[in-house]
Amino acid sequence: MLAAVATFALEGVKPQEVTVEVDVRLGLPTFTLVGLPDRAIRESRERVRAALLNSDLDFPQKRLTVNLAPAHVRKAGPSFDLAIAVGLLAASGQVPAEQLEQWALAGELSLSGELRPVRGALNAALGARRAGYRRLLVPEANASEAALVEGIEVSAIPSLTRLADLLHERWTPEPARPAVPDPDEPPSDLPDLADVRGQEDAKRALEIAAAGGHNLLMVGPPGAGKTMLARRLPGILPPPSFEEALEITQVHSAAGIGNGRLATERPFRAPHHTISAQGLVGGGTRPMPGEITLAHRGVLFLDELPEFARSAVDALRQPLEEGRVEITRGQRTLDFPANAIVVAACNRCPCARPPDRCSCTTLELARYQRRLSGPLVDRIDLVCQVEAVPAAALVEERGEGRTPSIEVRARVVAARRRQLARLAGAGVLCNGDMDGRLTRRQVPLDANLAARLLAIRERIPLSGRGHDRVLRVARTIADLDGRELLAEQDLDEALSYRLDAWQRAEA
Amino acid sequence: MIDSCDACLRRALLIAHLAPRIARLLGRSERRAHGLLALPEEDLLAATAGRHVERALTFLESVDVQHERARLAERGCLAVCTHSAGYPPLLSDLPDPPAVLFGAGRYDPLALLAEEPAVTVVGTRRASPYGTEVAYALGRGLGASGVPVVSGLALGIDGTAHRGCLDGGGVPVAVVASGPDVVYPRRHRSLHARVQETGLVLSELPPGTEPYRWSFPARNRIMAGLARMTLVVEAADPSGSLITAEFAKDLGRCVAAVPGRVTSSLARGTNNLLKDGATPISGTEDVLDELFGVGVRSAVAPGDSRAAPSDPLLCAVLEAAEASDSVETAAQKTGCSIPETRAALGRLESEGYLVRGDLGGWERAAR
Repeated sequence: MLAAVATFALEGVKPQEVTVEVDVRLGLPTFTLVGLPDRAIRESRERVRAALLNSDLDFPQKRLTVNLAPAHVRKAGPSFDLAIAVGLLAASGQVPAEQLEQWALAGELSLSGELRPVRGALNAALGARRAGYRRLLVPEANASEAALVEGIEVSAIPSLTRLADLLHERWTPEPARPAVPDPDEPPSDLPDLADVRGQEDAKRALEIAAAGGHNLLMVGPPGAGKTMLARRLPGILPPPSFEEALEITQVHSAAGIGNGRLATERPFRAPHHTISAQGLVGGGTRPMPGEITLAHRGVLFLDELPEFARSAVDALRQPLEEGRVEITRGQRTLDFPANAIVVAACNRCPCARPPDRCSCTTLELARYQRRLSGPLVDRIDLVCQVEAVPAAALVEERGEGRTPSIEVRARVVAARRRQLARLAGAGVLCNGDMDGRLTRRQVPLDANLAARLLAIRERIPLSGRGHDRVLRVARTIADLDGRELLAEQDLDEALSYRLDAWQRAEA
Repeated sequence: MIDSCDACLRRALLIAHLAPRIARLLGRSERRAHGLLALPEEDLLAATAGRHVERALTFLESVDVQHERARLAERGCLAVCTHSAGYPPLLSDLPDPPAVLFGAGRYDPLALLAEEPAVTVVGTRRASPYGTEVAYALGRGLGASGVPVVSGLALGIDGTAHRGCLDGGGVPVAVVASGPDVVYPRRHRSLHARVQETGLVLSELPPGTEPYRWSFPARNRIMAGLARMTLVVEAADPSGSLITAEFAKDLGRCVAAVPGRVTSSLARGTNNLLKDGATPISGTEDVLDELFGVGVRSAVAPGDSRAAPSDPLLCAVLEAAEASDSVETAAQKTGCSIPETRAALGRLESEGYLVRGDLGGWERAAR
């Protein structure tokens, strides 16, 4: 007898429908698994056999053939266990098969017949809804995550026995509750800007970066607080919208780092500088998301930027330009979302000592700064210096004057709202995502400002990109100030944040 | 302008012909051609040509002086020999003065070298930001005061001194180890062109000659010979700049040095010079006092005629930025908000009062 059960595999972070076909017929007892399974799937035979027997169900002593369709796509991971087991039950007539046509399921089996959580339950739910399934069965631990998707019924299944009961209509599970954050829950414990003493200039730069989604480079000696400042960026970014939260949760679910609930905060990723290109943008024989994808809709912090391998930083070109990563392996091309604000940090010179004790030669300086060129630096809109705060200011116990993150966030949200209204239909969400053409269209200059910009360019040689960057940042500054029209001081301020120093650096 | 007698030109071309032989003779370890360049022609041939003496003699016979002159003129080169009126008089003090000085650039610096005392500013190629700053300021101050600045067009201090001199409106004189038209190092292509435009590039080797290891110390003796004072801005020990200082000392010229940090290995050479009695230099004024006597000539502030910005706020921010304060300190001093200070900085830069440093930070624009 033949049975078919639908389940979902992960293609990067996208769900890919897989039909598990099970054929049971008379013959010598064998178990054949086809359809490019990996080791974990091959081993599922043992798990399925033990789970069925331990659940007082029958493992048919017949000729069993399992096919994972489409047969040309490589499949991996233990999330096919449940579908194979249910396929066997249906094909051997132990459970009625009619309802299975409208159901999709995913889960890993333990030998006792209980269901273990799998990665990508949210992604599977999205896939199942798109494919038109009415119900998704997942392990209990994944249910609330999968239930975030509206328009499909998600049922939490504790064990194979229960599943058999469900198919026999002897048991009805409670509908799973979506894991939306509890509004009564106290606000999350993100680090607050008010913890940072001084650094008003860097805080301003962070605010502009958050308001316009601009990439930022912080330059300063070790211990000045660059990391501390960067960690506070997610807290002043607008809270993720439901769609953004779904995207974040989907990525984290696929990577197995989610907490099973809808993300309420934007991710902050700070990979060490020894990371490989693959680790940063994703890859591997079974492509896994890289740090830039894990930071999707959040912040990617690259401390000690010049120490990163050139190849790794260069690999960020595509994600920075397109907000996604494309990874090709064999005949498959996987698409990972990768839209994050990049915050980078570096020292002023290789010895990292203050200017009056620095022992670097100008050649060493030039070499160090040359390491900062390339596609990443081309996409950095803001640069600011972070000086060490004098010890006296640190000791001073005066917290009240400092602006808390929540206030800054309110200004950022207002600025973003202006951008959204202006950029509606342009396909981007914030000023930082505008390309050159869009920038020139969206940041019109009146005669006065155009003359000012011309005067600036006479004195300061701005490249075409540099010119666009100044305009983008000026636009964001005006948005923060609540003005629809750009003013001269916006251009002037934006000019002071630009990064083009080493174009004229020379030994 | 070609002003060289046949004998001198022959000798100069012979040295260029023998240059690779000299390089091989000295080997890898020795860089200085002690006394070789002072030998009369026959001895020079005997000392260097060895088995190739025949070939060298044939070359010497085949030299067509008229043809060579025409070629030099065609290339727009200068050439003055020891017997020429244009030959820098101070250079004759050398035990082994170059027979001919080839030049690329203008002629009037040669006349200036005869009238005005020049200063040779040299130093390490691996300069610290401090050395770079001082070399630039000295070059600019001397240039503005009308003192010709002689240097070697090398990376680091040399090039920076030239640049300062150019920016100060002075006359740079570069003495190079290759032919005067050969750019070495390649990175100084544009600087080489600028020096030719307002000053002069000199060499004892004819145009087209590539530099040799020995020709660097050899040109150092010319630098020392051209100037009244040899000023070492920053030098480790050992260093090529110390060779120049030694030549100057042997000639009885003034040797001066800029004090450096005692903990820095980059300043060991200069600090040792000071210990041995070199004149300490802390600014253009010191150099002028030493050259002309105390107070005889005062330094001309290099073109500092620019009015301060009219806006009092811009003025205040400019002052704070010049004191190399951070944006935050500048804001505190002026009582402005950060955005206002930032805008003022952008404005000052776009109006040419400030220059952005590497990776942010501002400094006063050179004018």
